Amino acid sequence: MDARITLRVDGRVRPLALDTRTTLLDALRDHLSVTSPKKGCDHGQCGACTVLLDGRRVVSCLILAVTCDGAEVTTAQGLAQEGEPHPVQRAFLEKDAFQCGFCTPGQVCSAVGMLEEVKAGHPSEVTDDLTGPVTLDDEEIRERLSGNLCRCGAYVNIVAALREEAES
Amino acid sequence: MDFLRPATWEDALAMKAARPDATPIQGGTDVMVEINLDKGRPTALLDLNPVAELSRWSWTAGPAPMLRVGAGVTYTRLIAELGGWLPGLAQASRTVGSPQIRNRGTLVGNLGAASPAGDGHPPLLASGALVEAESVRGTRLIPIGEFYMGVKRNALEGDELIRAVHVPPAAGPQCFAKVGTRNAMVIAVCSFAVALDLRARRAGTGIGSAAPTPRRAHAAEEFLAGELDWDGAGPVDPALARRFGELVAEAAAPIDDVRGRADYRRHALAVMARRALGWAWAEREV
Repeated sequence: MDARITLRVDGRVRPLALDTRTTLLDALRDHLSVTSPKKGCDHGQCGACTVLLDGRRVVSCLILAVTCDGAEVTTAQGLAQEGEPHPVQRAFLEKDAFQCGFCTPGQVCSAVGMLEEVKAGHPSEVTDDLTGPVTLDDEEIRERLSGNLCRCGAYVNIVAALREEAES
Repeated sequence: MDFLRPATWEDALAMKAARPDATPIQGGTDVMVEINLDKGRPTALLDLNPVAELSRWSWTAGPAPMLRVGAGVTYTRLIAELGGWLPGLAQASRTVGSPQIRNRGTLVGNLGAASPAGDGHPPLLASGALVEAESVRGTRLIPIGEFYMGVKRNALEGDELIRAVHVPPAAGPQCFAKVGTRNAMVIAVCSFAVALDLRARRAGTGIGSAAPTPRRAHAAEEFLAGELDWDGAGPVDPALARRFGELVAEAAAPIDDVRGRADYRRHALAVMARRALGWAWAEREV
């Protein structure tokens, strides 16, 4: 069963005709050749396929593309503006927050979404004061990025990159 | 796999009546895992995302208003918008999946899947929630204690959809605890929720992942109602808290499986229940 949808991917309008069984991740990678979201586990465990869907971070492997008609999808590739890396991308570079890089686009999208959630005052499992503003300390960063795995174990530098980003 | 896309709730009910085999999908964080891992492909999916009204919440009318949480309300929104009234449910919601999962997944999806391990069930049991089920034949409110029928089976008829869940606002401190191997993306080894009603001098409980269905610990609830010094200052009597934990563990019927052994689950439940009661009671003193 085929469907016609339109996505706005990294600022570009992309019409698509696809099987209704296609996930958003497969639509991006296989239909649109947007390969920055990675397929790690294909069941939501690893976070390598994280993208921003209408501004919120989601795992694109657990979403059917056909349910996203008209949505705005931002991948790590689309975060850069006019050739300049996004501040989170720059922080990852400066702090050497990766080794093989496979999980990095997902980590970056997750971090960008996470910083917005913090700005909106969303508490996490480790937040003590549920009503006040969130202080993004190391424990908060680790909890809030816990949906993204790094098999190289670059966590220490990922936390360092985001600590710097949170302070700036 | 057919893909059904109703534009309105009425369309959704009509489609579900015509295709009782269709699996409803909202956030997809549970349904899609089954599909991607090829654990069984539904013959049809009924996509409820276009039904905008499902993503709203409101208060029910009547002398004891409840929060009516629509089937499309995500965990993230439940935490941010309803956490003040539903602290136990919000606490459990903050442990569901990962932040990405919580941005898509819904509490009502947890009810639809009816996994004994779902994090939303214990606080719903402890609060005495009602499930609003609807079909073209009409609407009914199912008390949460009668909703779970077996492992991944619930009380819905083939033509019914869950429109919302009604949850009483907290009437005292609430607490949720779970045991798992990793912080994010963990399926609970076992979990427990307690809700104290300081006005009615009553406690509600919910046990997860330690029986074929989520269930209450009735004897433990009766014990607290009768034995807890509801007017007392200071911490809970340790012997009373320990007995409460034992009664909770006795209410469970766990099995040995890949996530844990039955005797471990019983032990962990007793510890979690004892601690959760202490934490909830301590909150009352603030």
